[in-house]
Amino acid sequence: MVDPNARSVVRVEHLSKHFGTGEARVDALRDVDMEVFPGQVVGLMGPSGSGKTTLLNCVACILQPSGGRLSLDGDVVYDDRWLKSDLRRLRLDNIGFIFQYPNLLPFLDATDNVAAVLHLAGLGSAAARARAIDLLDYLEVGHRRRAMPAQLSGGEAQRVAIARALANRPRIILADEPTAPLDSQRARIVMDLLRKIAIEQSAAIICVTHDEMILDRFDHIFRLRDGRLETENAAGAMKAAPGVIEAQAV
Amino acid sequence: MNLAYRDIKHNLLRFLLTTFGLSLLLGIVIVITGVYRGLIDDALRQARAANTDLWIVEAGTNGPFAESSRIPGDTRELVARVYGVERAGAVTYQSVQTELNGTPLRFFLIGYELGRPGGPAQLIAGHGIMRSHYEMVVDRSARLALGQEVSLGTHGHKFTVVGLTRDNVTNSGDPVAYMTLLDAQALQFELAPPAERRELARGGAMETSNQINTVLTKVSSYVPIKEVAAALTRWKHLTTLTEEQQESLLSKQIIEKSRRQQLMILVLLVIVSAVIIALIIYTLTMDKVRSIATLKFVGAPDRTIVGMIVQQALAMGLVSFTVGLVLILVFQGYFPRRLVILPDDVAVVFVITVAVCLAASSLGVRLALKIDPAVALSTSG
Repeated sequence: MVDPNARSVVRVEHLSKHFGTGEARVDALRDVDMEVFPGQVVGLMGPSGSGKTTLLNCVACILQPSGGRLSLDGDVVYDDRWLKSDLRRLRLDNIGFIFQYPNLLPFLDATDNVAAVLHLAGLGSAAARARAIDLLDYLEVGHRRRAMPAQLSGGEAQRVAIARALANRPRIILADEPTAPLDSQRARIVMDLLRKIAIEQSAAIICVTHDEMILDRFDHIFRLRDGRLETENAAGAMKAAPGVIEAQAV
Repeated sequence: MNLAYRDIKHNLLRFLLTTFGLSLLLGIVIVITGVYRGLIDDALRQARAANTDLWIVEAGTNGPFAESSRIPGDTRELVARVYGVERAGAVTYQSVQTELNGTPLRFFLIGYELGRPGGPAQLIAGHGIMRSHYEMVVDRSARLALGQEVSLGTHGHKFTVVGLTRDNVTNSGDPVAYMTLLDAQALQFELAPPAERRELARGGAMETSNQINTVLTKVSSYVPIKEVAAALTRWKHLTTLTEEQQESLLSKQIIEKSRRQQLMILVLLVIVSAVIIALIIYTLTMDKVRSIATLKFVGAPDRTIVGMIVQQALAMGLVSFTVGLVLILVFQGYFPRRLVILPDDVAVVFVITVAVCLAASSLGVRLALKIDPAVALSTSG
């Protein structure tokens, strides 16, 4: 459960993003407000083209919003312009990513795929490998630590990818349809794992998904439609959030 | 953790095949530098092998290599009497072609007077010519063995190989052979029996065969060469060329076109190599688009990605250069003409290889830096 006094880890205020200008202008995000707290696992759902990936890219500091404000772990990183100069370092230190496909580096074994991120953050080789092995053990793929990505099953590869996302102990984990390539049983296992991580590491997890079977694994579900955000609770009952009201007022 | 090394190790076979192909290309670049230097060196050797201070040739000519020069055979005796001349030797030059076991065999034949300037400088096997007739010393590139007999001339005289020299070839790569002046003159002027009979029947006067192409002159170390040259030039039927002049004629004028051709081929090869290296690195980078996008997404700085591409390009270049050089050094003996591979030239090719790799990798680096990290989110697995 979320501590009512906790400070939000991800805070999105009046965020907008458009592509193109004039008649070709497409509003991908319109006045979106969203807040995610430590220990929360929230779902981001919506039809194709609704702006899910755009929002995820904005939160990941991959895509520059067109307006609004974005705070990560209490730091305002965007307020109508980027306020941080080294966004990659920001991502490396604060954000973990889990992709739809594991996207493991094909030329590194499981351990080094995890250790690479630690190495990039400045950890020495031995320490990086030791932590990588710990993480793989924690995710129950320690026995496959020497396997190359091509030798891993889909589930194993996704666990290695999760281990990589956790490597730098990020407060924010962004997941883009992490269960898409998995069957329903494995999808539930992965979601339970994410929930466990969120609680144990006090991390906020934002998970883009189309999978209706895992809705009950989220604390909150944000639904995007034409770039506007609606929200519903975990039980699936739609409720108007301040963001929705504001979005509708635009 | 070296990502470049890991990627190479992961795709080792592809790397080895690519570098092998590239090593052949760089090997050819080294070969062309060897041919280029060999061309100049062979030309200079022709002049230097004579070990002479002055070349006395027909008046108004740049003989005997750049132009034909024909002077009376007794010129040597006149020259030898000039003040300051220490030694002088009459010499003839001619190209001959014969067949040996059905294979054409070309020589550049030098006829010289035994014991006088013009003979072979250093033998690697056998001995010098000791008899007045039918012995020859030949460069080993002719692939003749000591004691082997070669039939030459219109009368089919058999010449026995008694000595071998090394690296004694013309600028066109033909091996140099030495024989006595009399034998060489006979080969040059002797008519075939039918032609001889016809000449007799015509009643024509037989032309004298006592003609030579040049007189090689060694000047006393106590007398300035210029002084002797000036004295010799007073004879209006002769021209005197110093060793420097002869070297200049051989290395700059005679082989100028070939030299430029080789240089042009060398430049073109370097350009082709650069394009190929650039394409290989670009293709290798294209193969890693998703990995690079992922690295960027998780926060890898540009220097990590640039480092990976540049290191791979350099590794490819350095391994290819080394393999290419080793291949050429091992197989240079089988090349149809003499290669002169100088350490300086190898160093220049090495520097060019490194520069080309760095320049070529800029294409891959450009591509890598333009890759959108969001590619990592794309659904194609």
